[in-house]
Amino acid sequence: MRPLPIAIALSLALTAAVDAAEPPVDPQIAALAERIRALEANAQALQKQAADALAAAQAAQAELQQMKAAQQDAAVAAVSAVSSAGATGASANAFNPAIAVILNGLYENHSRDPVDYQRAGFPLVGEGRPGERGLQLGESELSFAANIDDKFYGQLTVTMENEDGETHTGIEEAYIETTALPEGFTARGGRFYSNIGYLNSHHTHTDYFSDRPLAYQAFLGNQYADDGVQLRWVAPTETYLEFGSEAFRGSGYPAEGSTHSGVGAKTFFMHAGGDLGIENSWLAGASLLHADTVDGEDGFSGRSNLFLFDFTWKWAPRGAFKDAGIVLRSEYFVDDRDGLVRDAEDPEALAEAWNGRRRGAYVEGLYRFSRTWDAGYRYDKLWAASSGPYASDFDPRRHSAMLTWHNSEFSLMRLQLAHDEPQPHFIDNVLTLQYQVSLGAHGAHKF
Amino acid sequence: MRKLMFWLIVAGVVLSAPAQAKLRVFACEPEWGSLLAELAGEAVSVDVATSALQDVHVVEARPSLIAKMRQADLLVCSGAQLEIGWLPQLLKQAGNPKVSSGPGNFMAASQVTTLEKPASVDRSAGDVHPDGNPHIQLDPYRVLAVAKALSARLVEIDPGNAALYQQRLGDFESRWQSAIKGWEAKAAPLKGKAVVVHHSSWVYLLQWLGMREIGSLEPKPGVPPTSAHLSSLIDVTKSGGAIAIISAAYQDTKPGAWLSERTGVPALVLPFTVGGDDRSKDLFSLYDSTLDDLLGVLK
Repeated sequence: MRPLPIAIALSLALTAAVDAAEPPVDPQIAALAERIRALEANAQALQKQAADALAAAQAAQAELQQMKAAQQDAAVAAVSAVSSAGATGASANAFNPAIAVILNGLYENHSRDPVDYQRAGFPLVGEGRPGERGLQLGESELSFAANIDDKFYGQLTVTMENEDGETHTGIEEAYIETTALPEGFTARGGRFYSNIGYLNSHHTHTDYFSDRPLAYQAFLGNQYADDGVQLRWVAPTETYLEFGSEAFRGSGYPAEGSTHSGVGAKTFFMHAGGDLGIENSWLAGASLLHADTVDGEDGFSGRSNLFLFDFTWKWAPRGAFKDAGIVLRSEYFVDDRDGLVRDAEDPEALAEAWNGRRRGAYVEGLYRFSRTWDAGYRYDKLWAASSGPYASDFDPRRHSAMLTWHNSEFSLMRLQLAHDEPQPHFIDNVLTLQYQVSLGAHGAHKF
Repeated sequence: MRKLMFWLIVAGVVLSAPAQAKLRVFACEPEWGSLLAELAGEAVSVDVATSALQDVHVVEARPSLIAKMRQADLLVCSGAQLEIGWLPQLLKQAGNPKVSSGPGNFMAASQVTTLEKPASVDRSAGDVHPDGNPHIQLDPYRVLAVAKALSARLVEIDPGNAALYQQRLGDFESRWQSAIKGWEAKAAPLKGKAVVVHHSSWVYLLQWLGMREIGSLEPKPGVPPTSAHLSSLIDVTKSGGAIAIISAAYQDTKPGAWLSERTGVPALVLPFTVGGDDRSKDLFSLYDSTLDDLLGVLK
């Protein structure tokens, strides 16, 4: 409050002084003159500022020219500085493994209740059965991968799945693999998907359809993973040739019981592939899964040989599959058994001897008509045994068609329609809507 | 059935060809294949994995590429995560420790400083490369830096031919330096000129020539052009005084043509890498062709 009276007093005194010294002037003009003087001072200050700014700009420009000249050297200089540049920014988490998450959700509409679903000649095993009705969370996947040291690579894939209202966490894959064996050899140990066939070693999120072919469902319980070791070798040839063998514990369908002191299943596989011109490429394979089974999920005990033959052909204009292309794929399964089958419903009943063969196959085609749209069709068929405990006159078959929209390589939405005839006079029409996305590390997919 | 499997394996082993004595190099992109031809000539055999008509961001890990990787003594790629969608898979399946790490693994982008290194990465910004823009092949100074590093690597892996590699590098460097002078003199009228680009793959060329990028047909890197985004570019293209709408040989020409039709600014397909047009047979003609195409729209 004090400054105000002082200011008033001062201004009064000043006015009085001016009045006394100069001839009386209109106070309005005096105020105007005062303002002009202030503006002039202001303008001078601005002018000086502008000059300063100009000088600064010129200096910056000169510096920029200098930097540009130095830049040519800088590009070259990076060669010697590369090791130090790589080290900067290295913090404690720089060695974290690559983390990738797959999220997956579905809506399924079945015309028949999945509870009533039976497949003629092929008992339902593992996850090889139709999905549930309605909205549901599909399999979510979390994977970690990294080089362990200069000789090993490791990968862990954990899945989370909802079953009957409970969340199950499972280890889908957990393996280590060599990176330094010479001459095209690679060895692997742990839990992993067997390299038999084509689809078996592929994670389901890379499939073109929302479910696996019937042959995979019937003969491998959807997909065969087990604890074991693998050795594979790529031949030094112009045509791709890969040979390999695996020994597994034998704890998953079709090998169950972990016989031979826990080495109950063995596989042999070979794959060959190449290009025809720049637009066509192919991949073919032949594999065998041999198991000694004890009390399998389908009641079987004995020797089981599963032969798989696969063929894939891809065509893309100019070899650029991103924008357009066609994929044709087929796999053919022969399941050869010799042993006893016990009725799962009635364990007390006498086991029935069985020596016979069953077969299965699928053919699928994918047409990519733009970067964002794929359409596909698949035909499945299973040939049941004509005699023995699984004998059936009917051969299950299924038609599936799908349309997929990719927003980017990390997300897709899929519409799939299926006409499934697993037994005579039982037709399940299925509509599936699915989303599937991948987060985190950029995955590199197999052919 | 088991006998069949056995004979298939026997046939496979018999088909295996004897290993080659020459140094074998797997080049991910045509520009590095061409650089290897300059630096090593007949001393090495080069497999080029992709062509100028393919988008190297998205290439299939084809069996034929695994077979080539299996036999390689040296791997030469752009790096900076350009090949992340397929190269790790090839390395994993080929089982060839000579190229999976160490001196046999040569990444061009690691030999120079990259531009556009993002401070933070998020996929909502499109297909961003955490290690910076990997399309370095259209900056002649960076190419020279890569050439020097690559030559040193060839000497390290194949010391028997060291004299040849050093002599060829010297020869290449002098021809390249004089070519740069010629290109810079020729390209002087392009300085300060603006262009609209398809994908953010031209920063090194534009920076070298002192040109400006005023818009991109892709709303975000790697995201296909949308009609809404293209419409929004009409004003920018006109008012910014763009001299051309440029895209690479492998890219869809429709979005560029659409914008060209509405703005009168010519759409220009540049080779982008060796083999991208009839003229671009090696690195020198790639630059000649690119500059002539750009200068052509000024006339």
